[in-house]
Amino acid sequence: MNIIIAGYGKVGSALTRQLSAEGYDLTIIDSNRKKLESGQELYDVLVVHGNCATMSVLEEAGVKNADILIAATSADEINLLCCLTAHKLNKNIHTIARIRNPEYSEQIVLMRDSLGLSLLVNPEKQAAQEMERLIRYPGFMKREKFAHGRVEIAELRVTADSPLCDIPLMQMGSVTKCHSLVCTVLRNGNAIAPNGHFILKEGDRLFVTATTNELALLLKNLGIVTHRVKRVIICGGGKSAPYLAQMLEKGNIKVQIVERDQKKCLELAELLPFADIVNADASDLSLWESERLSSDDAIVAMTGLDELNMMITLYVKSCGVHQTITKLSRTESSALLDKLDLGSVICPKDLCSNTIVGYVRGMKNQTGASIAVHRIADGKSEATEFHVTKDTLYCGVPLKDLKLKKNVLIASILHLSQCVIPNGESCFYPGDTVIVVSDSDRAISRLNDIFE
Amino acid sequence: MNFRMIGRIISFILIVEAIFMLPGMVLCAVGGQMQSALAFLITIGIIFATSSALWLLCRKAQKGFYSRDGLVCVGLCWIIMSLFGALPFTISHEIPRYIDAVFEIASGFSTTGASILNDVEALSKGMLLWRSTSHWLGGMGVLVFLLALVPISGRSDGFTMHLLRAESPGPDVGKLVPRMKQTAIILYGLYILLTVLDFIFLVIGKMPVFDAVCIAIGTAGTGGFGVLNTSIASYSPYIQTVCTVFMLLFGVNFSCYYLLLCGKIKNVLKDEELHWYLGIAVFAIAVITLSLSLKHFYPTFGETLRHSAFQVGSLLSSTGFATTDFDLWPAIAKAILFSLMFIGASAGSTGGGFKIGRMLLVLKMMRRNVRQVLYPQKIQVVRVNGRVVDEAVLRNTNAYLCTYVMIILVSFLIVSIDGFSTTTNITAVVSCFNNMGPGLEGIGPSLNYSGYGTISKIVLIFDMLAGRLEIFPILVLFSRSAWKRR
Repeated sequence: MNIIIAGYGKVGSALTRQLSAEGYDLTIIDSNRKKLESGQELYDVLVVHGNCATMSVLEEAGVKNADILIAATSADEINLLCCLTAHKLNKNIHTIARIRNPEYSEQIVLMRDSLGLSLLVNPEKQAAQEMERLIRYPGFMKREKFAHGRVEIAELRVTADSPLCDIPLMQMGSVTKCHSLVCTVLRNGNAIAPNGHFILKEGDRLFVTATTNELALLLKNLGIVTHRVKRVIICGGGKSAPYLAQMLEKGNIKVQIVERDQKKCLELAELLPFADIVNADASDLSLWESERLSSDDAIVAMTGLDELNMMITLYVKSCGVHQTITKLSRTESSALLDKLDLGSVICPKDLCSNTIVGYVRGMKNQTGASIAVHRIADGKSEATEFHVTKDTLYCGVPLKDLKLKKNVLIASILHLSQCVIPNGESCFYPGDTVIVVSDSDRAISRLNDIFE
Repeated sequence: MNFRMIGRIISFILIVEAIFMLPGMVLCAVGGQMQSALAFLITIGIIFATSSALWLLCRKAQKGFYSRDGLVCVGLCWIIMSLFGALPFTISHEIPRYIDAVFEIASGFSTTGASILNDVEALSKGMLLWRSTSHWLGGMGVLVFLLALVPISGRSDGFTMHLLRAESPGPDVGKLVPRMKQTAIILYGLYILLTVLDFIFLVIGKMPVFDAVCIAIGTAGTGGFGVLNTSIASYSPYIQTVCTVFMLLFGVNFSCYYLLLCGKIKNVLKDEELHWYLGIAVFAIAVITLSLSLKHFYPTFGETLRHSAFQVGSLLSSTGFATTDFDLWPAIAKAILFSLMFIGASAGSTGGGFKIGRMLLVLKMMRRNVRQVLYPQKIQVVRVNGRVVDEAVLRNTNAYLCTYVMIILVSFLIVSIDGFSTTTNITAVVSCFNNMGPGLEGIGPSLNYSGYGTISKIVLIFDMLAGRLEIFPILVLFSRSAWKRR
């Protein structure tokens, strides 16, 4: 399948890495030669230099034979124009545009239909949605929904005083008294697919699958305090802030936004009448003292600077805040981040590229192809959703008798819309949906690929 | 430097080389020349042993392959290929001295066609075939061939770009389609198609099949090894015309053929480099025909035109076949032929030389500098085919030109030790460096390089390989930092 990626920035490069590894033929368009050069040296792709919204450049990039165009430049208008032009040149092309300006959000549906866009992604809005989920259902560092929300993969951190610390996974069920499955353990930045004898250590990050109800039980039994958050302080009035504030307001949570720029503060105050807008510098620690932080608070650090966000989180954690969310624009140094207790980490770039990759895979949808893909454990592992069809091998064979590839695990089986957390006796049948967790180095695009 | 990965690629390359020796071996065995067949067999054995040893040594290659690794890898590959490719000649005693054999095969791989053989016809047929096969393999590049066949490492890696850049001629090398493998397959597909067409046309002209194979693959690589002592002179006028056309065709940028196949005829017709290539060819043919006609060199105008067109095609595309001894031609004709040697074929073709694309850039830069003097405030960009050329490409072209001239000068000085005439020496260096083959006077079309001493031969071998790989892949091998681990 031929895919054109217009704009080789953060999202563009994340997409290139992922899609190129999955064997699609990629063409990248950018107006910056240096960026293109580095892209060409890293990945097996064709590069075209120029403005992606012009006909000649799109034609040179082979838009007439392309199946998908992803417009991910920094300007919304260029993205739209790019998709529009591509659509005029090739009627059958699927266009995906990144639109991030909140002012356009109300006309998105309108644009989608009349401009023939297949998918619109808004990384800031997605990030806000994710943050809201974390705040509303605290206790976990990250949650991913599968199979229309019937299954979730949640991230847990093993602390020194946790009942899970220093026990083998086999005994996890008896400690937590609920059905759950650890599909990946992230230790020192390495993803490990554990077996029953794996002993959990302090500092490990666990990725657990369970149904939504069981997850709540898990939290309760593990004794993780789930204070209801009463106030959220958002540091940085960037593009995500209004989205997040509006969503939280609907949930009756008090919102306070700290922003350094006075002009921006005024804009926010105009837009969000219910929220407290504070014109202050979040890096000024005296601010936090005056705010009298308590465990009922949640802090979202989402200024434009990764370093500052980390500093804020670390500081407020020391002030007794349990629920913190840190926005990072790069997660490449995750091995280092692991050593810090940052709480939940959100990377808008990854969220955005995951959505697009999911769409691309869905388009490919041959028999046995994946329906949805989520990258977990900082992108080191992948949770992929598959439909079991008649062509799937080993239907009805108990899992203990199957030989799966290394580092591949079946995390859950949805049988007759009932979620089953599998054990050795479980098996799947045509019509079921299974969720497979694997290394992201070896992308699995068909269900039958997981068997030896 | 990722030596393990380089070792792995070299071990692959050696296997490819061994496979391409098989036809020569079979031909020797069938023809009853058991000694030559045995020489091939021994060489193939040595190659397999070396390759598997390298493979075992370099099993745990790390990922990470950068442009400097690409340059070193390509340079090393070609030198090692030449060293192993020379073995059959020496083992079978058909070319007794190893240095001569290396000269012969380096001339083959670099598509030069310069020979040290006094009597080509004395070689066994298998050896002749191997000589010409090396042209074919060297023309499009053996690493490109490898890229078309095997995924050297994971599918997401872009490092293959460094290999293509280092091996393919031209100032600005790019892919045709997103996947390197597909690009390589398209290039070799076109190459094979044109070669087969050439072969068919030659066979229609009643050329013996063996000759037709050797000449066709020699033309395809723009090499120039013939199978007869008289090169192409003793074949019929029809065959000479076919050769002229195909030599010129192989000197065209292969992306033009790809565009033609895609139906983008307009883009091809607008290609500036193609205009210059054809323009230069027509101009040179016209002037040479005129000068020969004035002196009544050949009985008819047709024959004059045929010889001049053949020689222009041969030297412009850097092939180096000959239908006549052009060393006897008038001075102006020889001067034009000598200039053609420098210019060479188009970028992205199988030909050698400075490349028309580069010459175009140099000329445009010259024009820009002149204008800059007259109108200093004016901001000017260099355009080719209406597109702005990146300053980095221009800088590289300048650097290339300087290195090019320096290498010719230094080689000329060293080669002059052997006491031949100045014309002989300068044309020998220019001819080898631009992958031509024959020169003037002492190394004219009817003579050869056997008179040169060992040192001169080593210099000329260096020139041939450096000329084919466009200097830098070979030159970096002399840099100490190329051999450091980090």
